[in-house]
Amino acid sequence: MSSLLTVSQSPHIHTRDDTRKLMRGVIIALIPAFIASVYYFGWGALIVTATSVLSCIIFEYVIQKYLIKGPVTITDNSAIVTGLLLAFNLPSNLPVHLVILGALVAIGIGKMSFGGLGNNPFNPALVGRVFLLISFPVQMTTWPVPSGFKTGYADAVTGATPLGILKEGIRNGEKVSQLMNQIPDHMQMFYGHMGGSMREVAALALLIGFIYMLVKKIITWHIPVAVTGSVAVFTGILWLINPEKNADPLFHLLTGGVLLGAIFMATDYVTSPMVPKAMIIYGIGIGVITVIIRVYGAYPEGVSFAILIMNAFVPLMNTWIKPKRFGEEVRNG
Amino acid sequence: MLKTFTKGGVHPPENKLTAGCSIEVLPPPETVIIPVAQHLGSPAAVAVNKGDRVLTGQLIARATGYVSANIHSPVSGTVSRIDTVTDISGYKQTCIIIDVLGDEWISDIDRSPDIVREIMLTSEEIIQKCLDCGIVGLGGATFPTHVKLKVPAGKKCNLLIINGVECEPWLTSDHRLMLEKGEEIIIGTRIMMKALGVTKSIIGIENNKPDAIKHLGKLLDGAGDIKVQGLKVKYPQGGEKQLIKAITGREVPSGKLPVDVGVVVQNAGTAFAVYEAVQKNKPLFERVVTVTGRSLSKPGNFLVRIGTPVARLIEGAGGLPGDTGKIISGGPMMGKALANLQTPVVKGTSGIVVFPAAESSRPQSAPCIRCTRCISACPMGLEPYLLMSLAEKGLFERMKAEKVTDCIECGSCSYICPAHRPLLDYIRLGKTTLLKMMREKSVK
Repeated sequence: MSSLLTVSQSPHIHTRDDTRKLMRGVIIALIPAFIASVYYFGWGALIVTATSVLSCIIFEYVIQKYLIKGPVTITDNSAIVTGLLLAFNLPSNLPVHLVILGALVAIGIGKMSFGGLGNNPFNPALVGRVFLLISFPVQMTTWPVPSGFKTGYADAVTGATPLGILKEGIRNGEKVSQLMNQIPDHMQMFYGHMGGSMREVAALALLIGFIYMLVKKIITWHIPVAVTGSVAVFTGILWLINPEKNADPLFHLLTGGVLLGAIFMATDYVTSPMVPKAMIIYGIGIGVITVIIRVYGAYPEGVSFAILIMNAFVPLMNTWIKPKRFGEEVRNG
Repeated sequence: MLKTFTKGGVHPPENKLTAGCSIEVLPPPETVIIPVAQHLGSPAAVAVNKGDRVLTGQLIARATGYVSANIHSPVSGTVSRIDTVTDISGYKQTCIIIDVLGDEWISDIDRSPDIVREIMLTSEEIIQKCLDCGIVGLGGATFPTHVKLKVPAGKKCNLLIINGVECEPWLTSDHRLMLEKGEEIIIGTRIMMKALGVTKSIIGIENNKPDAIKHLGKLLDGAGDIKVQGLKVKYPQGGEKQLIKAITGREVPSGKLPVDVGVVVQNAGTAFAVYEAVQKNKPLFERVVTVTGRSLSKPGNFLVRIGTPVARLIEGAGGLPGDTGKIISGGPMMGKALANLQTPVVKGTSGIVVFPAAESSRPQSAPCIRCTRCISACPMGLEPYLLMSLAEKGLFERMKAEKVTDCIECGSCSYICPAHRPLLDYIRLGKTTLLKMMREKSVK
């Protein structure tokens, strides 16, 4: 024994997991969706993703080092996750300068202005996305048609998303059964063959990521199941009431950002509730708001708004919804 | 069918290196240091003077008050000093220091190797014997056994649970005791059943000790009164409330005692000590201590006299490794880090774990990312992240509503936190501050 003994409070052993490894797990879970997006959208997917991730890391570094003048924590991998998720919510032909702007808003306003990792009330990637959606609606809703590397980044062929076709059609008084002929069938959508923001397309790839995160215990099933379950139930009821005015539940689950949102965005640790009971309520809230926006609102798609709205309720839920304590006395009466 | 508790829990690496090491007797050292407060409750009153000759097993400090315990000399020799010495808790306290001379035992103790099976004493006599012999809970909490064996008026106990879980990583002293003194533990269990007036007992053992489950099962040979229950490995299953939940499904209500759900829990080591006290008239002055660590050359389980300095135990395990950075008294989840190797073994010392310097410091703490792992890990259903943040802000009264007083300080939250936040440190701060505030208000 060369030097003094260390004296500290118990416990004296600690898990080998750390923030960095958890974030790395999320990144690994996003790889299948990334591959699918490159397969469908080619160069555009690569350029937008690379720009988004790099910008997020650089903005976090610059803000921490020069603005806050505090410790730089870019090695915790959380900026990479934000960058990936932001990219996954953008069309693959979005001009690079808008991607950079989105990253600045996501990291600068969404995350660092609240004190950095762990303190932000809203999902940073969604803050960036919604900022772009509201500020640049045309660019943000011009979706490239999936054609792999056959077309370039700038000259991608664009078209409407299935949800866009549906919204527009219903508004013009067309019947859902007719509209469905203009839309890829469910199986094609499951593999991702449709227009949309980059990574919201391939359900299969997203589900692989979901299973990976469940197995690795990075997330629990509560939020994704509550979101998708409530979307399915709500749209199912509407569909049963009037199948000519409303699309079927599977269509709603496979289109837009429901799966991406349910699996990767709504489960963001920092901005989701702490207790399983609250996670279910939060998930149902997201599902219901999404459907309300899709069916009754002006936008064809509502997952981003739904998650941000429910994010706002998280502190309240954390205050009011408590885990069941051990030995909690059963109330008589 | 293996059972376990339902809420929370973690799975730290078990590292039971010494599970195969038979109990070795460590001879008494040259000097022993005996603290008068080594049990829960009021310290014992010194009953010897400087210069007195004492024999092994002789009473040297007398219990004061109801919750207290007698202390006996673990060696024969001369009382050289009565002085204040820093004990395991880090506080200075009164100790009796005895220079060892030979090893002469008081004549009342039956030192024959024969097992005494027939229980002659009545319930009251058993309880008195536990008091006389200074028996305390050997699982670590050191609650005086005679108090626990007396069912309070108006309460009813119908089940005695023997805790053979040993859920702390590294420790194997109870495991070895169950293998080597199985029959004595069973007799000790029957003695305590008689004292409590119960007809049923269950010995709970985690299934990382299949040999102990099998051995005790074989010794019991289908006896109707005592059963062995295998348990799925999960920390902190050795916690009293968790063990009762695992075995019976009953939850001890917040702020209540096990006896409120009709159960008394005693440690397997305590059952052995009760056997020795009641059947062999032997006071509690020695115990089995696991001395372990990856860099020790000869880790093992040792039968040690109370008052032996930790340095002697480490010598017995092959000497202090050069890379040592931390020495823990107890297990790594709930044990205390020692600053001084002259610290004596006390009744509650279940193990000494030696960590190399590389594993001695805590990982750097990072911001909470609200991953909810601390909530999932908490066996009491608390929210450690919230309790920590309340303690940081000094909002101690709000911690009361968040049930901080239910915390059993098992350390699962701090263990599992991926941001390595010092959750339990702040919870302890909040809990003690709150208890102090509650006491002061009740005094006023």
